[in-house]
Amino acid sequence: MTSQGLHLSGAPFLRQENKGLAEPHGSRALGESAERSSKHNRQVTLSVPYWEQWREEAHAVKRFAIHHLDQLLVEFERNAVGRGATVLWAKDAEEANRHVLDIVQKHQVKTVVKSKSMVTEEMELNHVLASVGVRALETDLGEYLVQLAGQRPVHIVTPALHLSAEDVGRLFAEKLNEPFTSEHEKLTDIARRHLREEYLRADMGISGVNFALADTGSICIIENEGNAGLSISAPPVHVAVMGMEKVIPSIRYLPLFLNLLARSGTGQKLTTYTHLVHGVTPGRHFYIIILDNGRSNVLRDPASRSSLFCIRCGACLNACPVYRRTGGWAYGWVYPGPIGAIITPHLVGMEDAGKLPFASSLCGACGEVCPVKIDIPHQLVHLRYRAVNSPSPVRSPLERLVWKAWSWAMASPLRYRLAMSVVRWGVRFAKYLPWHPAQLGAWTRGRELPEVPGYTFRSWWRHRGAELSREPATPGKKSNPVTQEVSA
Amino acid sequence: MITLKNGLPGGVYPTYERGEKVALFIPCYIDQFFPQIAEATAGILKDLGIPIVFPEGQTCCGQPAFNSGYWDEAARVVRHFCDVFRPFPFIVCPSGSCTAMCRVFFEQVDPDDRIVSVGRRVFELSEFLVNILGITDLGARFPHKVTLHSGCHGRRELGILDQPIALLQNVKELVYCELPNIEECCGFGGTFSVKMPGTSIAMGETKAANVVRSGAEVVTSVDISCLMHVGGILKRNPQTRHIRAMHIAEVLVQR
Ligand code: SF4
Repeated sequence: MTSQGLHLSGAPFLRQENKGLAEPHGSRALGESAERSSKHNRQVTLSVPYWEQWREEAHAVKRFAIHHLDQLLVEFERNAVGRGATVLWAKDAEEANRHVLDIVQKHQVKTVVKSKSMVTEEMELNHVLASVGVRALETDLGEYLVQLAGQRPVHIVTPALHLSAEDVGRLFAEKLNEPFTSEHEKLTDIARRHLREEYLRADMGISGVNFALADTGSICIIENEGNAGLSISAPPVHVAVMGMEKVIPSIRYLPLFLNLLARSGTGQKLTTYTHLVHGVTPGRHFYIIILDNGRSNVLRDPASRSSLFCIRCGACLNACPVYRRTGGWAYGWVYPGPIGAIITPHLVGMEDAGKLPFASSLCGACGEVCPVKIDIPHQLVHLRYRAVNSPSPVRSPLERLVWKAWSWAMASPLRYRLAMSVVRWGVRFAKYLPWHPAQLGAWTRGRELPEVPGYTFRSWWRHRGAELSREPATPGKKSNPVTQEVSA
Repeated sequence: MITLKNGLPGGVYPTYERGEKVALFIPCYIDQFFPQIAEATAGILKDLGIPIVFPEGQTCCGQPAFNSGYWDEAARVVRHFCDVFRPFPFIVCPSGSCTAMCRVFFEQVDPDDRIVSVGRRVFELSEFLVNILGITDLGARFPHKVTLHSGCHGRRELGILDQPIALLQNVKELVYCELPNIEECCGFGGTFSVKMPGTSIAMGETKAANVVRSGAEVVTSVDISCLMHVGGILKRNPQTRHIRAMHIAEVLVQR
């Protein structure tokens, strides 16, 4: 994995040297919470009679935005600068970090409060800040917990989804010397008490961006806890970091996206807070960093382009039966779940993340819930094609040979029959083997093999087929002579 | 509710004219391991007076290679499929998953119209019966408690869900038991089942538990591949061994 990926607290899908995907088990709490949210949010979204129209519309707006990214970003920059913001561009994480460090130096920043931002996770920003002696504190409750535990977020919306209230109580007892409790309200109180001080002390606030509005030059940040509002307004310097795909053409479309995002993300009609930052008040400083970090690679690939429409609602994670069982860390990088499986290979490269598109049963639950209608399941298959055809951990000359042989066999009925009789004997014989190798063993680990019947359908047809294919006595249309020829 | 798409241009099913021949596409694993399902399919169509043919040149739809990323290898098989089935206006297949491959994914393997147009003439058995023939009662009788597993490919790519339910509900003496969390994947996923066996089996166990919870003695589906997996799990456990996995065609020929 590239330098930016080295942080991986564990990249089990990717780490394994062998071809299979390792399958870590996520915590029970994670699976259950994800399922619960998914069901709840689904109910909320489907209760909107025009949900499908909203999705279509959002898809169209995002499509326009991504296809006009060059113009919209420049328009956004112009308008944001007009309101007193400083806009900085970054090709990759390293350049973005350099920008942040320059700002830190310029304003002599010692402590930073951060509101939730996945893009700063991409940049490994907290580590970079720590390396120059700046303390960055996460203020989103989930992020705070994860940071306190020395872990990584398991989810893009609910970073501590894997922790139960008991886990949190134990964590607070251990790290903050608080008496153990597992009551939600008491736990929130403890966190609030520890965090409040920090906002006032911090020299700089860092946030992400949910939407950048080209026509007004403003950014929109949504949240539920009030921590983002404090992080961006209490300290004298605010740095907002955004992936370059976050821009939408106009503030007119914002209500549409707010409606979709809140419902898909948390099942709310609207998040508790919606902040619109229009420029800066005198005496304060406001920076916006626009980051590419591999997004141009996605833009270049027509089959994957729509994955840039993502508004990071997390619905596809919650809906994904694989994510629910493996948890977020299994995906090895910042973005887990179905969206992670389709963007990570582009953002960090197929060489490192080529296995991710295979971590799916292709059930399609993700595509069904995505509020901006990204065709995730079809993109997964497309990326599999790309992965086996480019330098990646799944490219294997042996496997290619197997599929070549398969396709040779399947392109002729005679070879098909021969190949299949080998398979039939194999399955029949497997019963008597004390141990099953490779894929066969993978199957029988938890499942019985089917019984092998003594005949095939085509052999049966040869004896009985004529009778079935006979024209019924009813006077109908003349049958097609071509068909008769073929069926003969 | 969401409207389910069916993978056809404009969402419109073609009209079947009486006497037109219908070609059977029997997926490879059904041909080799579950011939009784193909027999049942042929039997159902025959009883409806539909002349059927089984083009013996057929092999496979190419799905295993396609889903594994080997599109060039899949393309060769897809072209063979299309050569075999090109003469037929209606191709009926007792599998939602293979039908989805033909109707939806052929286009990605080879956008040539001679390929795509053949793929779009493939119909899954239950949708052929309900959407094209307009038949929901086949005169079957099956005095058992039955639940339906809805395969993801069939449902999400082709909109197959109401059709098998309607067919089951018209079977005499059959008690239809709703499957909790019917929309959830069973974890089969083709090669996924052996590439990530741990996760696949965990998903299958959840599905098996829901089958038990439904109270059914028989679990049916338009996809025997899912049932091979879920049934394989049910068979493993002595407490659930009695629950039978049957393809819907097998249920529909019971008298
Ligand atoms: S891909 Fe769609 S469902 Fe998944 S996080 Fe992005 S917007 Fe949400």
